[in-house]
Order: sequence, then structure tokens, then C-alpha cells
Amino acid sequence: MSDITKQSLSELIKNIKDKKLSSTEVTKAFVERSEKSKELNAYVTEDFSAAIDKAKKFDENPNLDLKLPGIPMAVKDLFCTKNVKTTAGSKILNNFTPTYESTVTQNIWNEGAILLGKLNCDEFAMGSSNETSFFGCVQNPIDKNLVPGGSSGGSSSAVAAQLTPITIGTDTGGSIRQPASFTGIVGLKPTYGSCSRYGIVAFASSLDQAGPMAQNVRDCALLHEVISSYDEKDSTSIDFKRNNYVKELTNNIKGKKIGIPKEYRVDGMPKEIEDLWMKGIDYVKDCGAEIIDISLPHTNYALPTYYIVAPAEASSNLARYDGVKYGFRADGENLIDMYEKTRSEGFGAEVQRRIMIGTYVLSSGYYDAYYLKAQKVRKLIKNDFDEAYKKVDAILTPSTPSSAFKIGEKTNDPVSMYLNDIFTVPVNLAGLPGISIPAGHDAKGYPLGLQIIGKAFDEQNLLNIAYAMEEKINFKNKITDWWIK
Amino acid sequence: MIVCDIFNYHMSIDLKTIKHISKLSRISVDKKKAEKLAGDLNSIFEFIEKLNELKTDNVQPLTSVAETTLKLRDDEVKSKNLREQIIKNSPQENEDYFVVPKVIE
Repeated sequence: MSDITKQSLSELIKNIKDKKLSSTEVTKAFVERSEKSKELNAYVTEDFSAAIDKAKKFDENPNLDLKLPGIPMAVKDLFCTKNVKTTAGSKILNNFTPTYESTVTQNIWNEGAILLGKLNCDEFAMGSSNETSFFGCVQNPIDKNLVPGGSSGGSSSAVAAQLTPITIGTDTGGSIRQPASFTGIVGLKPTYGSCSRYGIVAFASSLDQAGPMAQNVRDCALLHEVISSYDEKDSTSIDFKRNNYVKELTNNIKGKKIGIPKEYRVDGMPKEIEDLWMKGIDYVKDCGAEIIDISLPHTNYALPTYYIVAPAEASSNLARYDGVKYGFRADGENLIDMYEKTRSEGFGAEVQRRIMIGTYVLSSGYYDAYYLKAQKVRKLIKNDFDEAYKKVDAILTPSTPSSAFKIGEKTNDPVSMYLNDIFTVPVNLAGLPGISIPAGHDAKGYPLGLQIIGKAFDEQNLLNIAYAMEEKINFKNKITDWWIK
Repeated sequence: MIVCDIFNYHMSIDLKTIKHISKLSRISVDKKKAEKLAGDLNSIFEFIEKLNELKTDNVQPLTSVAETTLKLRDDEVKSKNLREQIIKNSPQENEDYFVVPKVIE
């Protein structure tokens, strides 16, 4: 079978189960394509020979009852993987090899999947373009010198370029959905508390969630089913009854009420985004769902709230990088000097900027004016959604205010970079699930995504709406393999 | 929108403030970096201060989206003999200890 890497996850699983393909054949195909795709810079760490060994071992005694039997998979380098280097895209963790495994990745290996390697990302997941990574920016397979989005930019690039059949990212303010939208793939940010945060390098603990990134909604549902679990090692993990997301997947969304929030019609939004949104409304209507106009009045305050809450939590979480217990250490004349030089040399500019913001908003005299104020506005934002969900089952918005931009285009203006997450950030602040699905192209042929936001713990409904829309949209990603010589 | 007066001031972050935050966050900055940071932080705070348009006196702050109380677990040891694993990634260790620059004269 020559075009193994072109197959979806579901097709690969079927072919392995039907014994038409072995895990070794599949793994070798993805390794080979990844080897030819180094120009994309999607990988930070390759674990290819170990992957082929594991695949051979799987084939000796294949357990075909597993959900991901012998499927190779690369994951974002924010997940701790036992005995495989985990950097979080940072110099400060460049020599860090975890002695334990994150719960989410353990769930994946327990279902028979095989680690291919670790994927590039913005440093500590702080960024919207993958340009803050210590290991350099990632190319978007859609076009040369185009960002793949971020922070899960290596992940989005690798799935779109078919270097891995599927992957996992993390999403604190849009880091799964925005890169999914920029590369023409599907990305799900689950409800806060749905997937364990144990073993994920922490950024902003009240917002961070892991989630699947896939070529289609069915594959996405399958991986979500594998990674979502209650875990006592994460104190905010929630013990609720999880669905059989794939088995219960249906394109029947007749009678569902879909809300259209007027506040998402932001100033200066390109016409093609507006048009895409209108087309999305037509698609859901075609599926028999009902459109209802709603209001989320505090939408405009979400980004300023996020840029207090997330840096505050980050400044606290990143205090652990002190050059003593693990990671990079710079020489210093005394202990304090060592701390200051380690952190100054070990963290990149964006991470330092956010630690500084966070330290400032939590510092004596400013806590009430900034952090407490932001927590109050966060409550108002959550109340907006609670109110809307009395009337609707889900909400439809664009995923991003534009298509992917060029590498270097926004690096000198942090605020314009932050504006990328205008439609995704409110979802994290309210702890809700959100999914981005590819829905069309702009004039340049770059993909555009639509976002569906669901009620807390209602991933099934969210996936069903996405599944029904996907069928209507019939999106085809335009990838020419330009990077393969 | 109702403007809340006590917050209706425009902060400006000067180099002295940057030095102070740099000390609190244990990140050394030279003059050039401090100037760049001051510029960046001022534009970010200008953006953040939009929140001052909102009156929030009677709003309860949101501390957790989950709205559940954190579970307590029994105080029992579940993993043992992790000393080697814990020390394994240390930049400098001496048998069972982390080593840091001399603290006591």
C-alpha cells in the first residue's frame, strides 16, 4: 500500500484490524515521511528507531481489541514522556528527561499506540504562531513561510502534513483550535477537568486542557474517548460519566438550537471570515438545526482578563525553574545571582514578558486592581455563557479573526499577536469545550475554521454538530508537499 | 458603560518598576532589556486597562470553573524510593543532595 500516510486514523485502524497492514508498515511509512519533512521543523525530538522496534513487537503478538492498535503517533512536547526528552519548547528544559509519564499519554499507550516523537510548540505554550519556541519556528504545510499557528504549531503542521495520523495538543487560550484552523484540520479543546493535567508542563493551571487534533471529526472523537478520564493525580480532574464518543457519533442534529453571538462580529474582521460564518449558519440550517441570535455582552473583556489571569498563574507555575532541581543552570556568584542568570538565559523573551506581567499583577498593592478585578470579570464572562445556554445547545463562531499569517509578521507587536485568540479565549475562561473544524479557504487558498462551543461536559453534542457540518462542508485541504525535494 | 472611578487612572510602568518586578521574578535584566520590557508592558497594560470600564463591586470573583470542592485524599504514601528519580535531572548533585552555590559564609 503506497499511500499509507494519506489514510485517516479510522482507515489505518481498520486496515490493521483486517490484517491488511501491519503496525510496522504503518510506522515505517510515517517515519519515512517525517524524515523527508525536516524542513517543516515539526519535531523537537524524534524517537523513530524505538517506534519501529515497538511496532515490530506489537506485530509479533498484536492485540487488535485495543482502540489504537499499533498506531504510531507524535505528541506535543509539553507532555512528559518517560525516558524521552521533554522540553516544552524551552532552553530551560532542553536537558530534561522525565522519569514519569503524563496520564493523557499513558492512556494513549495503554490503547496500543506507539510514540513517534515530540512535536515543536511555543515556549511553555505561550504564543500563537510557534515562533517563541527555542527550537525555531515551524512551517505551515499549506505554504512556505506561513506560521502553523500556536502554541500547538508542531502538532497542527504534523497532522496537516501527514507526518502523524493524529496528535494531541494543549489549549490554554486557543492553542489547539487556532493552529487547527490555520492548517485545515480538526482540533478539540475539551471541558476543563475532562482530561488529566498530570504530567503536562504547566502554563496556567485554571485554563490548561489537553485535547485531540485530527484530520476529521470521527478520528477526533476516537482520540478524545481515549484521553478523557478521571485521574486522582489531578486535583481538578472531574469524575463524570464519559460517553462512548465514537459509538454515539451521529450527524442527526435536527432541532438543535445553535446560538450566534452578535459580539463576535468584531471591528475590522475580514469579509471572508464574515462570509464563512454566514455559510456555516446555512450549513447548520441545512442539517435541520435552528439558529438563534444571542448576546455574550462581556466578550470584549475576555482578552484583557486572559492577559491578567494566564500570566499570573504562569509566573507562579514557572517559579519552579530555578536551576536547582532540573533543567538548565547558569553559573552565578551566589545563589540569587545563579537564579537570576538561569532564568534570564533559560527563558525566551515572550515567557519573560509574561512572567513579568504576572509578577506585577500579583504584587503587593496591585493584586486587587488587576488580579481580583480579572477574576470578577471572568465570572461575568462565565455568566454570559450560562445565560446563553438557557436558550441554545451550542454556539457557532469563526475560530480566528484571520487566516494564517507570515512568519515574522506579528513578532514585534505582542498585542496584535494576542488578538489572534479573540474568539477562542472566552471558552477557556468559562471552562467550556470548543472545537474548530475546517470550513473553507480565503482568497489566497489558506484554510479557515469555524468554532462550535458547547455546554460543559457536552462534548458528544459538540462532536455531533461538528460531524454533521463536516459532511456538508466537504472540506479538502490544499497541500502540495512543497517541502519534499 | 459605567466607569469605576477608583480604577480610572492610567498606569505607566517606568524603569524603576521594571527593576522591582525583575527582582521579584528573579530574572536579571540589563538596561536595554529593561527599556524594551517597559515599552511592551505599557502597551499590554494599556490594553488590559479596558477592564476598568466595568463596575464589579458586587461580583464574586471566579476562582475555579469546576465549582466543586477539591477532593481530599488519605494521607498515605503511594510511591516509594523515588530519591534517585527525583535527583536524576538535577544540574548538580552530590549523592543524595541537590547542590547550590554556597549560601552560608
